[in-house]
Amino acid sequence: MADDRDREGAEIAVAEFHKKIKEAFEVFDHESNNTVDVREIGTIIRSLGCCPSEGELHDLIAEVEEEEPTGYIRFEKFLPVMTEVLLERRYRPIPEDTLHRAFEVLDPAKRGFLSKEELIKYMTEEGEPFSQEEMEEMLSAAIDPESNSIHYKDYITMMVIDEN
Amino acid sequence: MGSGTSTQHHFAFQNAEKAFKAAVLIQRWYRRYMARLEMRRHCTWSIFQSIEYAGQQDQVKLHNFFSYLVDHFTPNNHNERDFLNRMFTEERSPQDSEMESCRDYESIEVPDSYTGPRLSFPLLPDHATALVEAFRVKQRLHARYVLNLLYEARKHLVQLPNINRVSTCYSEEITVCGDLHGQLDDLIFIFYKNGLPSPERAYVFNGDFVDRGKDSVEILMVLFAFMLVYPKEFHLNRGNHEDHMVNLRYGFTKEVMHKYKTHGKKILKLLQDVFCWLPLATLVDEKVLILHGGVSDMTDLEFLAKLDRHKIVSTMRCKTRKEDKKQAEEKGKANQTSSAGTPSPWFLPQSHSLPTLPLCPSTQKAHRAGRSSSVPCRVPLDPKELSHWVRHSVDLELERCRQQAGFPELKEKEEPLPLASEADPEAEGRREPTQEEWSQVVDILWSDPMAQEGCKANTIRGGGCYFGPNVTERLLQKYNLQFLIRSHECKPEGYEFCHSRKVLTIFSASNYYEVGSNRGAYVKLGPALTPHIVQFQANKATHTLTMRQRISRVGESALRALREKLFAHSSDLLVEFKKHDKDKTGLITLSDWAAAVESVLHLGLPWRMLRPQLVSSLTDNKLEYKSWLKNLAKEQFSHENIQSSLLEALYRNRSNLETIFRIIDSDHSGFISLDEFRQTWKLFSSHMNIDVTDDCICDLARSIDFNKDGHIDINEFLEAFRLVEQSCSKGYASDCQATNTNNSDCSSPDIH
Repeated sequence: MADDRDREGAEIAVAEFHKKIKEAFEVFDHESNNTVDVREIGTIIRSLGCCPSEGELHDLIAEVEEEEPTGYIRFEKFLPVMTEVLLERRYRPIPEDTLHRAFEVLDPAKRGFLSKEELIKYMTEEGEPFSQEEMEEMLSAAIDPESNSIHYKDYITMMVIDEN
Repeated sequence: MGSGTSTQHHFAFQNAEKAFKAAVLIQRWYRRYMARLEMRRHCTWSIFQSIEYAGQQDQVKLHNFFSYLVDHFTPNNHNERDFLNRMFTEERSPQDSEMESCRDYESIEVPDSYTGPRLSFPLLPDHATALVEAFRVKQRLHARYVLNLLYEARKHLVQLPNINRVSTCYSEEITVCGDLHGQLDDLIFIFYKNGLPSPERAYVFNGDFVDRGKDSVEILMVLFAFMLVYPKEFHLNRGNHEDHMVNLRYGFTKEVMHKYKTHGKKILKLLQDVFCWLPLATLVDEKVLILHGGVSDMTDLEFLAKLDRHKIVSTMRCKTRKEDKKQAEEKGKANQTSSAGTPSPWFLPQSHSLPTLPLCPSTQKAHRAGRSSSVPCRVPLDPKELSHWVRHSVDLELERCRQQAGFPELKEKEEPLPLASEADPEAEGRREPTQEEWSQVVDILWSDPMAQEGCKANTIRGGGCYFGPNVTERLLQKYNLQFLIRSHECKPEGYEFCHSRKVLTIFSASNYYEVGSNRGAYVKLGPALTPHIVQFQANKATHTLTMRQRISRVGESALRALREKLFAHSSDLLVEFKKHDKDKTGLITLSDWAAAVESVLHLGLPWRMLRPQLVSSLTDNKLEYKSWLKNLAKEQFSHENIQSSLLEALYRNRSNLETIFRIIDSDHSGFISLDEFRQTWKLFSSHMNIDVTDDCICDLARSIDFNKDGHIDINEFLEAFRLVEQSCSKGYASDCQATNTNNSDCSSPDIH
């Protein structure tokens, strides 16, 4: 009996995932033909609650791409892969305090902030490739114009509030 | 890999690894955050667009209803006839003899105290430039000059062909601009950035100069002035908003009456005519076709070039030559078998005796099968809506109208519009377009491109069609054209290519939905007519906002509009929610919530994506729907004394209501009598299927301040809603809650 209930519960969860995935996909399906540009896949996956690195994202894209990449991803291929990702709770987002500790690694003196040059250096020289555009956008939101530095505790709080 | 020989080396390596990992973590999180912003931006856009188009659809339905009334309603007494006449007096296209009477602008005196720009004709380039400058510093042009300018503009437009042919060999460059919608700042910016019009600098403005923005009058004055000064280089196309019926709803009529209290009516009358004389399209070097909306698979440029464009007064009303009473009846009976050509009002029952279900779906299929485009008479797809219409069929409605006693006497008598049944068919033939003429024009003013092949009815707007790449290709080949430039749709970047770059959408009203919502753009056609796009955003503030701030500002605005719409449908939503709550727990799942909301609002929005911003508190991952609805109401309104279902009904329909009020108020005084208000409301509420008693209307009248003796100030009435909406959106929930607090409870003395 309990098994039946469990199975039913799992089915309902899957159905709900399907609806969510379909909705997110359709936002970018500009031609209404069940395909999206491969460059939007990252946005779709991330807005569904996942937080993959670029490397992980590329692996995922490889799974949903056509044999001969067309530059478009079809919904029929995307749906099952994404459903698995959600069911397995892959690429879970980072909790706030882990993020804080990450900043502290880059700020060993524990000043509570990073200078603009330091942030640029870490983002562009360390980690995965980070584009100029992304750097500019991050700076514009994070930087405190008076001290020309990034108070990362405030930055984290400000961004996290926007999440639901 | 592997550890170094010295501990220092080992630590260094470990630290480097940690830094790398930390950086990756931060990047991951940052990218996710940006993705959510991007998603939000797309959703916001969908919200604005779906609400805008739903409003247009509403407009069309409303006018179809009035069309039907005019064609089928046999007034019993002259009072009833007068009442209807007053509704449709606007429909007349003035005769030439009347145009002469508009010359009496000459009798309008301009006081010495007037410090605004003064015009003399023929206009010189300096006058036009001075006009731009005057408007830039917020001066207002005197009514006399407005009328004079419009009169001269009309004289010029009458000489132009339907399809204006322009050559680039005289001017060095030609710039095409899209929708401006009353946003003078954008026009001034374009002239500043691109240069003023001149014999070397040609311009084409592709329609939709008015409505929605606050400076439609000024834009028209500038555009007409330059048109008169540089007739060979300055060109205007008609848009779907150059239409007095559309203006009633979307703000231009209101703007004119507000700025020109004494002479506004005269101005509107003249404008009605001027709009009909605007050319329908512009052809550059026989290669680039510029028109406002788009094309259909039936578009025939030769036919369009020959028709009398002046007869198409409004694309809203399909009052064509063939529709006299007898033929309308016959059409009604033949409805089932009718094919593409004839339009039928969407609520027309198959037979006149007994409307039965399901009637329209089969008619609609016949429509779609043979059809191409263009009928702003849409059959409701929703069976629920359909059954409402069957219940309150128009026949019953007409019965009720007839039974109503005491339609108000007309105070000023206008020359009555001959109703179809009484008209001299000959005379009508001269003044009304044929079905074919009308639908060809509607197609080019209302259609939108789509990605799929083919051509289908534009149900979202309620007029024109969606045309596919093959339709474009066929048209370009048939007339040996290079590409098409059109406007009509707002685009985030101000422009968009589609159909393999054969169709260019250009939209020049930046920040159209909200500050930061979109850029504007214009296109310059260079040698060999290659397009060169220039984008802009005429608001300094947006440049200093980060993407995040821009998106959240626009997003907030969209969400407010959406919450308002949700509130307006509270009763229907409650019914739907209860269906998902069979056990009467008071809770529903989020999945049910999304399904219910879509089934009521029909906006096609990604509700699950939007859910976090619309539903804040959950119990056990489920929603307490009753308190959610109550919170929506609290946010929207604080007039506790008005019954909330009535309020909801009014709120949902205030756009329609306003349009109807303005139609009734034919002298544009801003006042209608209490009696007219009640009659209007009765007619309207049965059309919209609202169940409201007479007592409720009286209560409403009493609680809103109708201070003139037996007269309602329309603006006051509608202002009541606007003020509350404004105050609620500013301070938000806290303000509204404060005003709802029971006075006896509060300790602090002064809340409001």
